[in-house]
Amino acid sequence: MTEKSGDNSRCGMLSALLIACGLAVTVFAEPAPPSWSPTSIFAPVSTPAQSILDLSVFVLTVTGAIFVVVFSLLAYAVVKFRKRGADSGEPAQVYGSTQVELAWTVIPILIVVILFLATARVIASIQNAVHPGNAMEVTVIGHQFWWEYRYPALKVVTANELHIPVGEPIILTLLSADTDHSFWVPRLGGKTDLIPNHPNSMWMDPRETGLYLGQCAQYCGTQHAKMLLRVIVQTREEFDRWIQEQSRPTEVGDNVSEGQKIFERTACVNCHAVAGTAAKGRYGPDLTHLMSRTTIASGAAPNTLENLRRWMQDPSVIKPGSKMPAMGLSNPELNALTAYLGTLR
Amino acid sequence: MSTESIASPIPDVEPRPLVDQLHQWVTTVDHKRLGILYIVYALVFLVIGGLEATIMRIQLMRPHNDFVSPEVFNRMFTMHGTTMIFFVAMPLVFGFGNYLIPLMIGARDMAFPRLNAFSFWMTAFGGLLLYFSFLGGDGLYGAGNAPDVGWFAYAPLTSQTFSRGHSTDFWILSLLVSGFGSVGTAINIIATILCMRCPGMTLGRMPLLAWLNLTMAGLVILAVSPLTAAQVMLLIDRYLGAHFFDTQAGGSAVIWMHFFWIFGHPEVYVLVIPAFAFASEIIPVFSRKPIFGYPVMVAATLCIGFIGMSVWAHHMFTVGMGAGANTFFVLSTMAIAVPTGIKIFNWLATMWGGQIHFKTPMLFCTGFLFQFLIAGLTGVMLSVAPFNWQLSGSYFVVAHFHYVIVGAILFTTFGAFYYWFPKMSGRMYSEALGKLHFWLFIIGFHLTFDFMHIPGILGMPRRIYTYEPGRGWDLWNLIVTIGVFFQAAGVLVFAGNLVWSYLRGEFAGSDPWDAWTLEWSTTSPPPSYNFAVIPKVKSRRPLWDLKHPEDPDWHYE
Repeated sequence: MTEKSGDNSRCGMLSALLIACGLAVTVFAEPAPPSWSPTSIFAPVSTPAQSILDLSVFVLTVTGAIFVVVFSLLAYAVVKFRKRGADSGEPAQVYGSTQVELAWTVIPILIVVILFLATARVIASIQNAVHPGNAMEVTVIGHQFWWEYRYPALKVVTANELHIPVGEPIILTLLSADTDHSFWVPRLGGKTDLIPNHPNSMWMDPRETGLYLGQCAQYCGTQHAKMLLRVIVQTREEFDRWIQEQSRPTEVGDNVSEGQKIFERTACVNCHAVAGTAAKGRYGPDLTHLMSRTTIASGAAPNTLENLRRWMQDPSVIKPGSKMPAMGLSNPELNALTAYLGTLR
Repeated sequence: MSTESIASPIPDVEPRPLVDQLHQWVTTVDHKRLGILYIVYALVFLVIGGLEATIMRIQLMRPHNDFVSPEVFNRMFTMHGTTMIFFVAMPLVFGFGNYLIPLMIGARDMAFPRLNAFSFWMTAFGGLLLYFSFLGGDGLYGAGNAPDVGWFAYAPLTSQTFSRGHSTDFWILSLLVSGFGSVGTAINIIATILCMRCPGMTLGRMPLLAWLNLTMAGLVILAVSPLTAAQVMLLIDRYLGAHFFDTQAGGSAVIWMHFFWIFGHPEVYVLVIPAFAFASEIIPVFSRKPIFGYPVMVAATLCIGFIGMSVWAHHMFTVGMGAGANTFFVLSTMAIAVPTGIKIFNWLATMWGGQIHFKTPMLFCTGFLFQFLIAGLTGVMLSVAPFNWQLSGSYFVVAHFHYVIVGAILFTTFGAFYYWFPKMSGRMYSEALGKLHFWLFIIGFHLTFDFMHIPGILGMPRRIYTYEPGRGWDLWNLIVTIGVFFQAAGVLVFAGNLVWSYLRGEFAGSDPWDAWTLEWSTTSPPPSYNFAVIPKVKSRRPLWDLKHPEDPDWHYE
């Protein structure tokens, strides 16, 4: 029985080692290609995310080495000192040793000092970074359950899809309109919380164009799960063109004026704004250039006319717990509204 | 000390009617019965909390699953966390502490038996209050039933604005009430250990379990008090119009985080230090050697207790503290790794050169050593603030703290169950079923919690009821869910083993493990007065001295 249990533990240790190796391989793998996971912390594309990764790899190396040493000692003890049938009597009674205790106190202290110094340097390099005076600022406001983006210098307000130019430092001011949220796009940087009454900020300088995904990382209520982040990094020219389009007032054709009237006489205007019209609500996303966005409901569904119509009919079908109520509109009203929203480019 | 006279059989008495027996359990002030009540109570809630976890894991098995609604999922993770910490882990810690401390220090009961009973019933009714919310939480608004604000209930989600109905009130009241119970038991443990030790048992001769529980009890008093204060403030916010945490009226959400985590982090040590205590008793006995470096182990424990009070804000690296504050909490958190490492090395050194008997308790303690090593190292990673900015609030953190709470605390607690079950029931458990439990549970544990780290580093936040496909999270989540069923099977085998052994197990005798501490010198189960004659001790291993008069420990200490 004793013999058998010894073998069992050895198998256990071996399988545990295999699992650990599996983990280690995953962890030490080269920056994951976006096709594998678009949100991996191991594929940074901005300075803060890169310096976090460099520090992380150092920490993983040190902790990995400690694991290998201590695990080997444990495995050796389990195999070597398990009771065998022939053993009789008690083993030598050893009570301790000052030299050994000193050794395994001093060595860990040295390791901690090294890790601490490396960490303190990276904290300072990210949190105390000095930005050029002309760095672009964007105000991010967390809402239950969507993101509002304001470009104060450019007088643009948009929602849920953040556009920024490539290769420039961007400073995000983080505010919250209601509960706590957290802005986390792993490939662009670590997360920072958006806390009401407690303005925060973070920065990033993406070095590659593309779409970067993330989502709210601090529990904020029923639909915390579908508060998705989409950051679109563009060349300076593309970004300037986007800003121009966003700054233009919308033009409404006569063929959709029916939908506009419905929009303006129902509760829609209490929460939503469309520049140049009577709609000035700020509780929900700004709809002035709704159709320039690829998703609705903070990334919960693609922005198509069918989805817009479904959304207005009953938001809880797409996003149960959303703060937008079902508007109780008739089919003709829904069609007219959908046609109107479809022109807000 | 004469074991013969103590071990004499108790005369048979006529079994009392069931009502009488139940009445005795309800009105008891005996530390052993209260200990068992705590433990049984915790086991019931372990099953409930486990079911809540299973519901979450089925929901997360694949992306866009609709097994439960977001509202139900949010209640499940709130109830799972609150239940497992306050109504499983804490009662288990107090249950074993209650049962073992007087027996191990040669006392006849705790210092304040009636406070002991009061504390248990406060904890018990706290748990009932929490679960009554399923019925009463709707309140007048028809809004919500069970609490859904998360187990650390960040402001302002708990304000009247965002949490209508009474679910949050039940959460507050249940933690307030059970908090009083926890402080009562902590005072009791401190008084018992300081004042009730048998003749000859100096502080330096106490079993390590007593030292560790003394530290734990001190931490409970320091940590639970701020939590209680915060709950009172929150209640005043909700009903008397105060604005401590009401951000819409100028209150501070960050102050709640500080209050919660100055409780929340020491709480981790409140739970893990008793787990260390079990390991420190079980590993020497099954290695057949005294604990290596007893004074260093005591010092390391006190060190963890002291430093543990100054690390709380490492839960808050992402809330926008300045570089200075972040750097301080990096240093204090990393510093904890030193005494914790010392403990691991001392347990290893205890096994080194021994003759390790791999009975079920020792298997669980070996699993604990392996898992606690990994949990400690992922803890070091999380203490690196910049790394933490990526990992915090992700599934990596969830995996890390389950490695501590399940991989370390629950594993040693299972070990403790098997080790002291013969003492508590007078019967031996089934070794075969015990080993089956161990293997099922360790396989399930590693399937679930090893693979849970990976979606975290791939950007999956915690507390989401569903997730998008195409993020590289699907496979890992499926494996994690599969592991849950192995763990559940392990717990079923465990429960079956307990029941079967209690009814049919072989008689254990007073000292089935050939152990060295005082609880093994009295009968199994011990009589209500514990010891017929209060023992006298001359060393840390009184029963070793008795069994080896030619080579007693007090020659060397």
